[in-house]
Amino acid sequence: MPDMTKTAPEAEAIEDALAPPAVKAEKARSLWGDAWADLRRNPYFVVSSVLILVLLVIAAFPGWFTSASPTTGDLVHHYLGKPELSKVGSAEWLGYDVQGRSVYARLIHGTRASIIVGISVTLLVTVIGGLIGMIAGYFGGWIDALLSGFITNVFFGIPFLLGSMVVLQSFTSRSVWVVSLALAFLGWTQIARVMRGAVLTIKQADYVHAAKALGASTSRILFRHILPNAMAPVIVVATISLGVFISAEATLSYLGLGLSSPAISWGVDISGGIAQIRTAQHIMLYPSIMLSITVLAFIMLGEAVRNALDPKMR
Amino acid sequence: MRGATSAKWVAGAAIIALAATACGGGDKGSDGAQGAVDPNGIFSVELGEPENTLVPSNTQESNGSLAVNSIFSQLVDYDAQGKLTMVNAESVTSSDSKLWTVKLKKDWKFHDGTPVTANSYVNAWNWAANVNNAQLNSSWFDAIKGYTDVHPAEKGAKPTADKMSGLKVVDDTTFTIELNAPLPYFAYKLGYTAYSPLPDSFFKDPKAAGEHPIGNGPYKFESWDHKKQIKVVRYDDYKGPDKAKNGGVIFKNYTTLEVAYQDLKANNVDVLRQIGPKDLPLYRQDLGKRAVDKPYSAIQTIAFAFYTDQWKNANPKVLQGLSMAIDRNTITKTVLNGTREPADGWVAKGVLGYQPDAAGDITKYDPAKAKQLIQDGGGVPGNQVSIQYNSDGGHKEWVDAVCNSITQATGVKCVGDGKADFQADLQARKGKQVKSLYRSGWVLDYPVNANFISDLFRTDAGGNQGGFSNKALDEKIAKADSAASLDDSVKQYQAVEKDLVNYMPSIPLWYYKVNAGYSTKVSDVDYNQQGDPVLTDIQVHKK
Amino acid sequence: MGRYVARRLLQMIPVFLGTTLLIFLMVYSLPGDPVAALFGDKAADPTTVAKIRHDLGLDHSIWRQYWDYMSGIVLHFDFGNQIASGRPVTDILSSAFPVTLRLAGLAFVFEVVVGIGLGIMAGMRAGRLADNAILIFTLLIISVPVFVIGNILIGTFGVNAVSLDENTSELIVPAMVLGSLSLAYVVRLTRTSMAENLRADYMRTAIAKGLPRRRVVGVHLMRNSLIPVVTFLGTDLGALMGGAVVTESIFNIHGVGGTIYESIVRREGTTLVGLVTILVLVYLVMALLVDLLYAVLDPRIRYA
Repeated sequence: MPDMTKTAPEAEAIEDALAPPAVKAEKARSLWGDAWADLRRNPYFVVSSVLILVLLVIAAFPGWFTSASPTTGDLVHHYLGKPELSKVGSAEWLGYDVQGRSVYARLIHGTRASIIVGISVTLLVTVIGGLIGMIAGYFGGWIDALLSGFITNVFFGIPFLLGSMVVLQSFTSRSVWVVSLALAFLGWTQIARVMRGAVLTIKQADYVHAAKALGASTSRILFRHILPNAMAPVIVVATISLGVFISAEATLSYLGLGLSSPAISWGVDISGGIAQIRTAQHIMLYPSIMLSITVLAFIMLGEAVRNALDPKMR
Repeated sequence: MRGATSAKWVAGAAIIALAATACGGGDKGSDGAQGAVDPNGIFSVELGEPENTLVPSNTQESNGSLAVNSIFSQLVDYDAQGKLTMVNAESVTSSDSKLWTVKLKKDWKFHDGTPVTANSYVNAWNWAANVNNAQLNSSWFDAIKGYTDVHPAEKGAKPTADKMSGLKVVDDTTFTIELNAPLPYFAYKLGYTAYSPLPDSFFKDPKAAGEHPIGNGPYKFESWDHKKQIKVVRYDDYKGPDKAKNGGVIFKNYTTLEVAYQDLKANNVDVLRQIGPKDLPLYRQDLGKRAVDKPYSAIQTIAFAFYTDQWKNANPKVLQGLSMAIDRNTITKTVLNGTREPADGWVAKGVLGYQPDAAGDITKYDPAKAKQLIQDGGGVPGNQVSIQYNSDGGHKEWVDAVCNSITQATGVKCVGDGKADFQADLQARKGKQVKSLYRSGWVLDYPVNANFISDLFRTDAGGNQGGFSNKALDEKIAKADSAASLDDSVKQYQAVEKDLVNYMPSIPLWYYKVNAGYSTKVSDVDYNQQGDPVLTDIQVHKK
Repeated sequence: MGRYVARRLLQMIPVFLGTTLLIFLMVYSLPGDPVAALFGDKAADPTTVAKIRHDLGLDHSIWRQYWDYMSGIVLHFDFGNQIASGRPVTDILSSAFPVTLRLAGLAFVFEVVVGIGLGIMAGMRAGRLADNAILIFTLLIISVPVFVIGNILIGTFGVNAVSLDENTSELIVPAMVLGSLSLAYVVRLTRTSMAENLRADYMRTAIAKGLPRRRVVGVHLMRNSLIPVVTFLGTDLGALMGGAVVTESIFNIHGVGGTIYESIVRREGTTLVGLVTILVLVYLVMALLVDLLYAVLDPRIRYA
């Protein structure tokens, strides 16, 4: 426990002097300022940001990209509707699905659901898992036993997909928010464990000991010293997870537990298209490509941000 | 071994037993099998793990039914036209449809060598009906006098007798069945799995007997490697008309239909019951003459939840309008890939009393008339409907297509209401929580049209989950049930079916078809009214 | 150390109870009635339903059912019987687990060997061609869902479904599919950790001391870099076993995944809890091993 006899500002000054160079950039502005300067030069960052920006625009304004309806189809187009790749942006561009609906229109309108699921689950698990892992790793003792030894283990003991299936099965209709909550319900344990592992190592560091000795407040140690140094592995796992969660939504759709009809998402379309894999591959091909591009973009972004934020990588 | 399985449903459907997709025609008969027939050859059939142990009175679903019916024979059976045939019975007769006399064929033996007697039947039925034994098929015996003594209606009540008074053994090969009320088609019910006989050894340890059943059927049980395979071999002392023309059957368990299909192409499994959606568009091409495409006696409908505010006081015209807004022809050809045949009535083909075009115009697609009818009937309350279905049964595709068709033809908004799985779907239906419409269907229990009408549309009938109730119809059904002869009863039910358009208890969509195939090792593969392969007729060829 | 292990073993008890209770409650709260569902579309005879429920103890309160179930497991190693088949759940478990354990074990070996190998390659050459190639490779794996990979693979490239014998050699391809996602995690974690530690002071010190490069990388670097990887791997074996639903169904493997799926859709609570109980035990043992490994890998972490 911090020694409370010293005044806070005095302690902070000494403590900062003792901390390793990265943490010494004590004004948040300069840390993030450096990171920003670093990012702008990173081609991964530039490419992924542009991609994500485009995806966000598509998600927000699907009407800008297509006027075809994603929900009503005409069975006249069933199967006959193979892609006509020269007609970029038209309803028939990427062909039609089993119901005679435009694959392109569904691709555009499915963006929103997939993106929302991916981002909201990742945010939820990072906050929940990060906090639990950090607190457990830092305080140790009975707090660690309760948070990591008990709660995390209880939730981790239930396999992710299985647990999500059970949770989703108890909802009669499954919106993007329901699916997000269900995935986050069991999805946070990975990050909690990784965070705890990282904190366990970092808290042994000299500068943390020094900060403690100088009586820095617990929250200051946690958020100023421990968090920035423990974020790197968390960001790696979180960015990979984002893709995994978008995929998980697709997998749940495959198992009949994804978004409920008439919602549109890439997951719903990929899993629906599997049935036509021998005759009309385009139905699952294009949503799969979109899914892969999106996952790729987010991971590249995470990679770039991590490089920029992680002092040791400079 | 034709016929006589159960009211089956494909439960849970091993993860992805979607049914969807193609058209064309294969026919049975000569095929790829080249070598000479091997009368002792053993072949394999794709079959999921039975849900219950192999006890006839506890078997309802399709996997268990096929296995149990290979091991057990019943008194009677029926042919492809729905005509009754005698199997273990010499005769089943009645002068008043109330007191039935069963005479058994002589010299029949169970697989353990003990004789099949009148007692084998009477004891088995008394045991099956007894509530203490909690058999799933117990209510099949409820027409027999004294049923409530062994199976009281109140929950938790103890039986007051262990025998039904309506069953009387006359001699070793004769017994009588007295019913509570006349039932002209009762003899047909005797072909159902639940009415199988049981050997004395069964009662000593029913649990063990379920794992190692001893029956009187064309095949003798050999082994059961759970979730992998069940093996049965020909019973050489079998006296029935359906003696096996092969040496035995191995029922093989696959996780998906796609995998089973792959194995069929590699000749690792010989007979399939169903083709997975991935392969449906191409299986006729792949298999040529070995592809099977044949209707069986089952129908798919969408039913109304009559207990909802929406349909409580529904005008049948609105319901007719919705029916006419569905383009059955196009949907079966495209989305369902030719795996269904548009229905034109409520009774399926292959059933005694089936009449073509029973529903008249209301199953014909006519957007203009559909709109008009809905308007004349005062419109659909809320101008929106939903169709409930279970997402794990492969129904999404056609529900979406039906909804699309309704919306495009009439402007009534329609969405699919997908429940996560069969259980959730069932709970909503049985708990009367369906919001608007729901997916429904029926596979025959016995091939008489009464089964498709009385068991579905009578007030509080077992299959009537939408709460449909109409006094006039109930009276007509009661009258048909007490008709003097089977013929008369069937005729009266035909009239009732024609009358159903005026009530519209459900919208008939299409009849099911068997879309299946077999390997180059076997020939003479045919399918019965349940859509199951007729195992005993299949011939195995030498390489 | 001994005291630490003893304490961890004691900690397992509440976790074990907590997880089983959680899954028990989750299954209990699902809509549907496993007994009524035995009747399918048919009307369920209420008297028969009541009798079956009574025989199975389903007419007791949830807490009583949980208590009966757990005491059955602990006192008699009795996991109860399945509702539909009446078979003992121990039978179901003993037929489902061996093949899944082999499948998950193969997947685990695959991700450890290939994952750490690729991770080291990428980490040692951070920013260079090999690193970028490996990055793209892992991204592709992550971005294509397992059911898509599986469905594309099966029937093509000579990949066949597993036969009923379930030979280990047949399980290799499914294991690779099952382990692919975790593989990507392992590669990324190893690479990140390696690249970071390469720049650490102790590395400079070790090199300055004149230690041979092989020893520096093999002992100092590896030991420190593997902590996050080991954390991940420790939790993964159980996850692989419980997450094999899709892979098992696509490749015709009759293991835990299919049994789990079936138990969920049929509301076979006892089977599901039994399966989860075993998975939890696997997980707990692995988690303990990981914590002990921490101490081996990082001398700064000590367990009193």
